[in-house]
Order: sequence, then structure tokens, then C-alpha cells
Amino acid sequence: MVEQLAQHAMVVHGQAWTTKELFVLPNEYIYWSIQIVMYPFMTGLVAGAFVLSSLYHVFGVQRLREIARFSLVFSFALLPVAMMPLLLHLQQPLRGINVLMTPHFTSAISAFGIVFLTYGSIVASELWFVYRRHFVLTVRELAAQKERRGFAGFRLVFFKILTLGAMDISHAALEKDRQACKIMAAIGIPVACFLHGYAGFIFGSVKANALWMTPLMPVIFICSAIVSGIALCILCYVVIQEIRKFLTRRQMSRRAGDAGAPSLEELSGATQQEVMMVSNYLLYFMIAAITLEILDLIFRGYTQVKSWDILRQVIMERDFTKIFILQYGIGNLLPFVMMILPGRTVRRTTIASCLVLFGVFMMRWNVVIGGQAFSLSFAGFMDYHLPIIPHNIETFKEGLFGALLVIITPFVLFYFINKIMPAFLKEEAH
Amino acid sequence: MNRRDFLKGAIVVIAGASVPLSALEFFDPREVLAVNPGIHWAFLVDTYKCVGCGFCVKACKIENDVPLEAQVTRTWVERYVYASDGHQYVDSPDGALQGFPEPRIDMGLGEFKEIEPGNVGKAFFVPKLCNHCDTPPCTQVCPVGATYKNDEGVVLVDRSWCIGCGYCIMACPYGARYFHPVYKVADKCTLCYHRITKGLQPACVEACPFGARQICNIRDSNDPVTRIIMKERVGVLKEEFGTRPQAFYIGLTAEVR
Repeated sequence: MVEQLAQHAMVVHGQAWTTKELFVLPNEYIYWSIQIVMYPFMTGLVAGAFVLSSLYHVFGVQRLREIARFSLVFSFALLPVAMMPLLLHLQQPLRGINVLMTPHFTSAISAFGIVFLTYGSIVASELWFVYRRHFVLTVRELAAQKERRGFAGFRLVFFKILTLGAMDISHAALEKDRQACKIMAAIGIPVACFLHGYAGFIFGSVKANALWMTPLMPVIFICSAIVSGIALCILCYVVIQEIRKFLTRRQMSRRAGDAGAPSLEELSGATQQEVMMVSNYLLYFMIAAITLEILDLIFRGYTQVKSWDILRQVIMERDFTKIFILQYGIGNLLPFVMMILPGRTVRRTTIASCLVLFGVFMMRWNVVIGGQAFSLSFAGFMDYHLPIIPHNIETFKEGLFGALLVIITPFVLFYFINKIMPAFLKEEAH
Repeated sequence: MNRRDFLKGAIVVIAGASVPLSALEFFDPREVLAVNPGIHWAFLVDTYKCVGCGFCVKACKIENDVPLEAQVTRTWVERYVYASDGHQYVDSPDGALQGFPEPRIDMGLGEFKEIEPGNVGKAFFVPKLCNHCDTPPCTQVCPVGATYKNDEGVVLVDRSWCIGCGYCIMACPYGARYFHPVYKVADKCTLCYHRITKGLQPACVEACPFGARQICNIRDSNDPVTRIIMKERVGVLKEEFGTRPQAFYIGLTAEVR
């Protein structure tokens, strides 16, 4: 039977995108490919977006009010996507649930289910407290309508379920919501850091891999996660504000006629103020992330343990462009300079945020793929060739289109979640 | 139900449940289930005897349903060639499935290196396989417990439970694991567990014409192979990883990794 099946399955996993040079052990391939690059990248965005929203909820940074609500909703949209690359990567995706059913607690991955679900429920409950007033108002508004067509009826039932029967929106009740929100956000920060720190631990604890094994890995991952999350929030926030400005200018917004709709000046002012504030935080976390990364590199070069010989060849020669030009140069140094130069504008910060996102992506790439670029024999190299045109399910899942699918999904989810929990709801401050 | 009733009920349930649970304390299920607690398998490779014929690789693939053409293998043979000019060359074409039919060295990417016979300082072969470590990093990292070290010291994979995440493949410092091209789960040497439990030799041991590969019960001090491990100078691979390998080698040099 094996012989017959083997006719179709002669190419072993990893062979399609791996080339070997010099002496590489027969079983070695780039087993962890683009989806494992996407996984820490996406969880990083989730954790970072949440930490940004917590700055407002926990530390009461009032100027971040609007972007905080946006990043909380966006973090929720990103959440299911953190799981997607893992499922796309598994050889037995239908058994993925086993991680939740029979977790083997000596493994870092087994914590995934617990941490992920805990984090998910914290974000969900925080969102519920933030939007409870909106749910109740929507229910009241829909219930007041005399005639309801099919969809409105469905919306009424849906929003009624969302209120969970808590219809009290008196001042005292809302104050309690606010308190609960603060507590959830405060618990959420360590959990978000844990969610991502443990993603770093997954790599950092692999003693067989000379590049990955460092206790700094979880900390580096957390810092770069917050950097990428903040950068993505700035980018999305500016883009959405631009869309809103465009709609206001054209009087196209559905709420344009409302007295409560924000004016063009209000929108521009809010963007300017919030983006400037957030980009300061971006700078602080970037300094922390880069310091740790460089420290790791210098330490390896200085101590020169057995693996340094091959690591030096990978870092300084084979992956030089990817690490020093793309990651540190274009992804870190350039945006850093752009943001510290005087006369910072929203546009310049937005471009810098794009570069920062690219830089963090390259960092994940250089860790995940770079960690597999050399053989366990320390005498050979492997090269990864990202499959672009898929010719079977495997090269789709672990190729360019699989990665694009993962990137697009949070925006699609955000579109729908935004219908239920509008990220830019005009509300009294809390 | 008032508080008093609740507490009473809770006490009855806890007391009732503790009786069957305490049985687990008296009889450790692992101990009870172990077929032969006196057995701990170990492997011995004598690199002086290996000629790189590759019979072990072929026998292993046939015995264990690993397609011959698949570019992965449970065991393989490495060729080390030290040129007189100080250069060191290593290769293992197809894991030495066909042995080493050519004297030139496979440098990867379709390139080969001819070495003049007069220029060869020393050359030897090293067979490799799963080391069935006493502290295996691969079983530690499995998120679902699908791979485990059994009571006889053999590291195995449950094909019905493996999710195919590849973490164990990453964690193994020896490159002994891979994804099986047909079953799509992690796969590795089992020491031919289906054979050794019936008193047979593993396929590779059986196939080796020179006795370079041997298996033994390291708990049995009368086993002749165990006596070699106990009394001769043997080495293990990559002991710096703290994995405590149970595959021992005669004739290792520092360059063998």
C-alpha cells in the first residue's frame, strides 16, 4: 500500500522549497516556513494592539481615547488570525484540537490553547464592557421602530443576545463598566505579554538550534511585538481617518447629516494629536527592541562559542542583506531617524510605521528561516525558496498565497466586527 | 440546597473519589503496564567496522515502510574524508541508500569534489540513527504527547495522535526525525520495536554484514554488547546538549557531529 501511495507522495515535506549546500543531514529541510514566520508576526500584532489600547484604559492616557478603542477592536479581529498560520502549517490540521484536548505541559506549544483562550476571553469581555452601552442603545432604538423588516428583526435579536440581558445604562452602571474595563485591561497586559513571550519561548527553548537558543528571545519577541502592534494601529488608524475625511468632504457618510458627526477639522485634529502621542510610545519600544537584538548579536560574536563559526557565516555573509540592510537598515534605522527628526508629520510617521512593520516582519523571517539556514552538522547550509505559484495544496498553504490569506483575513474580520462594535463610535469620554 | 447540605455532599464526594484515586498511588500504572521493567535498550556502533555499504539504510526503509525514493531516512551513513591539505569533507548521498558508489564527494547543489587518492589523510564512515536519549528533547516539546519514551527506553511516535507541527523535528539535535511522506506525521527510528519485542534484531543490525551495528539491553550486565559499552572506551554524539544518548560509538573523533 505504501508503495502505491508513495508514487503520489514522493516529495517529502520541505523538499519543495529547500536547497542544500555542502553537508546537510539527510532529514534536514526548512520544516518551519512562511507560516511560522507569520505566526509570531500576527500574535505580535495582537499583543501590541492590545497593549496600546491598555495605555488608555489602565493608565488613563486620555489623548489616546479614540485610537485605544480602535486598537482594542482591531486586536479582537486579529485574534483568530493568530491561530490561522498554525493550522495552515500543521501536517494534520484536523488534529489541531488535540493541543486543547490533551495538552502535554512540558511543551511550550501546549500553553497555546490556555493562554490564547484566556486572552481571547479577556479581550472579549473588555470589549463587552466598552460596548454594552452601545448594544443597549441599539436594542432600544430597534425596539422603538414600528415596522421592522427581516434584517432589522435579526439585528434586534442579535443585539439583545449581546447585551446578555444587562439593560441598565444608568450613570452608576456605566461607572461600574468602566471599572471592570480597567481591571480587564490590567489583567490583559501581562496575559498579552505572556501570549507573545511564550511564542518567543517556543523558539528560544530549542536547544538544538544555535541561533534560537537564548533566554533573551521571549523578551525580544515581546518588545518587537509591541512595536509592530503600535505601528499597525497607527497605519490603520491614519488610513481609516483618511477614508472618513474623504467621506465627510464628499458628504457621503451616512451620518454626515447628523449633528453629532465629526467635522473635517475635528478629524484632522484628532489624527494629528493621537498619532503624535502614539509614535512616541513606538519610539520607546523600538529602542528597547533594537537594544536587545543588538545585545544578543554582540554577545554571540564576543563569546564565540562552538556555533559562532557557522552563525557568523549565516549572519555576516549569507543573510547579510536580509538582516543588516532590510531588517536593521530599512526596517529600524530609517524609520527611527524619520521619527526623531524635528517637524514630524502624520504622513512621515505613517510611512515610518510601514517601514517598522516591514522591519519586524523581516526580524521574524530572519529568526525563523535564518535559524534553519544552517545544518545541525555545522558544515552545510540550507536555502529557502518561497513558493509563489502554488502547484499543490502544500505549496499554497506554505507559500506566498497562504501568507497573503493570513494578512488579509484580519481586515475582513475587522469590517464585520466594526458593524457590531463601531471602532469610531462618538461617545462620552470614559 | 443550603450551605450545610452542600458542604456535606462535597465531603462525601471527595471521600468517595479519594478511595479509587489512592489506588493510583499504590500501583503506579506505568510500573504495572511496563512489559519488561528490566529492559533498557541501547545501541552500539563500531565505526571501525563500517564500510559504507548502505545495506542498513535499505533494510531499514524496507522494514519500516519508508519509501525508498523518499529523501528522508531513519538511519543513514556519513562519509568523512580528511585531505592531507587540511580540508575536511563530509557527505551522505541519499543517506547512503545505495552506499557510496562514487569516490567523489557530494557537495550539494549538484556539485562534486574529486579528491586524489594520494591526497587522502584519513577517511571513515559513521552510521547514524535516533540516539533514544534518556532525556529526549523531542518528547519534551511535543504539544500533545504523541511522542514518548517508553519504559524500555525506546522513543516512539503515536501516528494516530501526532498533529504534524514539526516541533520535535526542530528539537532533535541529531536530525533523526522527519515528516513521513505518506502518513504525514513525524517519523523516526523505533529500534524496530516490533522486532526487538519478539526477540529479533533490528533490521539494520540484521543487514549489516560486518557487525558494525549492535543492540543490547544495558541493564543486563551479561549481555556481551553491554559489556563492551561498560568496559571499552565508547563515546556519544553531541553530549553537550545534555540529552544522554543511548547510542554509543566506538572510534568517534571530535569532527563527528
